[in-house]
Formats: sequence, structure tokens, C-alpha cells
Amino acid sequence: MNNTWMIVGMMAITITVKALIFVLGNRIVLSQALKEALSFVPVTVLTAIIVPMILAPHGASIELSWRNPQLIAAIAAIAVCAVTRHQLLTIVLGLAMFFGWQYYCTLA
Amino acid sequence: MSNPSASSQPSDLVHATRWSNFIAGSRDTIPMLLGAAPFGIIFGSLIAGSQLAAWQGQLMSLGVFAGSSQFIAVGLVAGHAGLLVIWLATLIVNLRHMLYAAALLPQVADLPARWRWGLGFLLTDETFAVMNAYYRKHPMAPLGRWYFLGSGCAMYANWQCWTLIGLAFGAVFPHLQSMGLDFAMVVTFIAIVIPQLVRLPYLAAALMAGALSYLLKDVPYKLGLLIAVAIGVAVGMMLRHWQARNKLHPEAT
Repeated sequence: MNNTWMIVGMMAITITVKALIFVLGNRIVLSQALKEALSFVPVTVLTAIIVPMILAPHGASIELSWRNPQLIAAIAAIAVCAVTRHQLLTIVLGLAMFFGWQYYCTLA
Repeated sequence: MSNPSASSQPSDLVHATRWSNFIAGSRDTIPMLLGAAPFGIIFGSLIAGSQLAAWQGQLMSLGVFAGSSQFIAVGLVAGHAGLLVIWLATLIVNLRHMLYAAALLPQVADLPARWRWGLGFLLTDETFAVMNAYYRKHPMAPLGRWYFLGSGCAMYANWQCWTLIGLAFGAVFPHLQSMGLDFAMVVTFIAIVIPQLVRLPYLAAALMAGALSYLLKDVPYKLGLLIAVAIGVAVGMMLRHWQARNKLHPEAT
């Protein structure tokens, strides 16, 4: 039930944010500074979400170790993406690296 | 994506009817549909391993229709984040649509209110890219709203299908989560973020937000995430202004 309320709230927020500018039309103008701040939002939010998942995949302490498949595969994915700029390739190779490394760690 | 100069594409024809515009908008969105497919599948599979019911996952796709905020919500629910943090995160992640809407507004401002609500709801990263290119080629096209609607509806139907497939996939393989499928989200976000980090202010903003988010990860209700984002944005803006000033007055360095 609580989760349904969460989703309903998300719907209301998302629809409002997406449609606000269209609906208000020429009655509002975004300042240059606000537009600039907004342009930084996607990269900061997404990075802030994944960094803890990579460095501390079990939630507790930092795992800077070759035995941390999240860390190894993330480094591989960053390298692939920086070189190829290909989204799907990055996802496929990153996941392959992750599952491969995880399997390797269970053996080693 | 930002270079709509190829003039031989069929979409260059001025489409005569509402329906042909709708179809053209859908067709020009096809590459984006393929690109969104893995995200839909991953989202649906993640739902299977989360505290959310399958129908709630589909409800999110139907009603929220914003991939990254849907991913984040699943992640935050798993991390026992508070309701308010999830809503705030939804707000922040979706703020970028205001930028898109501001760019498209001149073409949309004179439409009836129900069109503006509808097209606003259907706005996504992908449809923005398609519409931005279209309006550059055809400013003030009289039936452009049907093209917009076609692109948005194609993305919407596509997202529902792939979510459903992902939900089915997750139901068949319920232990994907414990195998670390949530890493699919990590690698997906890497693929989105890295290409945007070519300029120094964006790189610095992302690094700052990432580092702070790790350091503040134990702050209750995941509030550390929001603090990290706010400071990351501030650092990025400061660097950009500093760069702009140095360009104007290079002797000041």
C-alpha cells in the first residue's frame, strides 16, 4: 500500500515537472543560472547513485579489492564507454565482465 | 543527434495529414525505441527482485513513464529510503525535462491546454532529441503536434512492452537480484553519464557528487544523495563561471 502511494506521488511529481513549462507557456521564463544548474543535474544524480553501489556493494565498508566484481566491471564499463561512446556495447560488456568476474571470484 | 543536416531523409517531406505526421513521428523514433528496450527489460527484471509487486512495476511505467526515476525508485526502495526522499529524488531527476520543455516551448505554446499536458507527459530524453531535430528542420510546422504525438506514443507503447517482458523475465528467473542484477543499473548509468563528461565542469560536478554520495551514504533516508547532488551542481557551476571569466580575462590566471 505504502509503495502504491509512493508510485502515485511519483506520477504526480513527474507529470507536473514535465508538463509545467508547456502548460504555463510564455508566463514563465527560466533564468540563465537556473538553466545552467539544471544542465548539471543528470550527471550528478546518476553518479551519486552508482558510486556507493560500486565502492561498497554490500553496504558496509569500502571494498577496494580485485575481489569486488562491481568495482572491476565498473572500471571496465567506464573504459569501454570512454573509448567507444557506444551505450549498448558498454552495457553488454560491463555485464559480461561483472558476471564473469563474479564467477571467477567464486573459483579463486 | 544534434545535427539534423541530412536533407535526404523522408521526414523532410512536409506531411500532409495528421495521421501521416503521427506515423512519421513514430517512424523517426525507431532507433530510440531500440535503445530504450534494454532499459525496459532491466527495469522489469529489477522489480521482480524488489519489494514491489509486478503490477506496481507496470503501474510505474504506465503512470510515471520516466526511466531513470523509475530505476532510482527501485534502488531507493531496496535501500529503505523514506517516501519524501524518493519523491525528492524523482523531482530532481526529472528536472531536466524542464530544460527540454523550455527548448520546445515556442512550437507548443499556442496549442490547446490538453495538448500541452499530453505532450508534456510524453516528453522523454528520446522524444526530445527527435523533436529538437524535427523542429529545427520544420519550424512552426502546422501539424508538428501530430508528429510529436507519434514520437511520444511510440516511446510510451514501447516502454510498456519492454517493462512487461522484463517483468516476465524476472518472474521466470527470480534470483537475478541475488546474482547482482542490480549491477545492470550501474552499468546502464555509466553508459548514460560517461559521454556527458567531456567538459571539465561536468566531470568535476560528477566526481564531487559521487565522492560525497559515498561519504554520506549512511545519512538517514538517503538524504546524503540529495546533499551530494546539490554540492556537485554548485561545484560544476563555479568551475564553469571561473572558466568563462578566464576566457574573458586570460591575464587573470
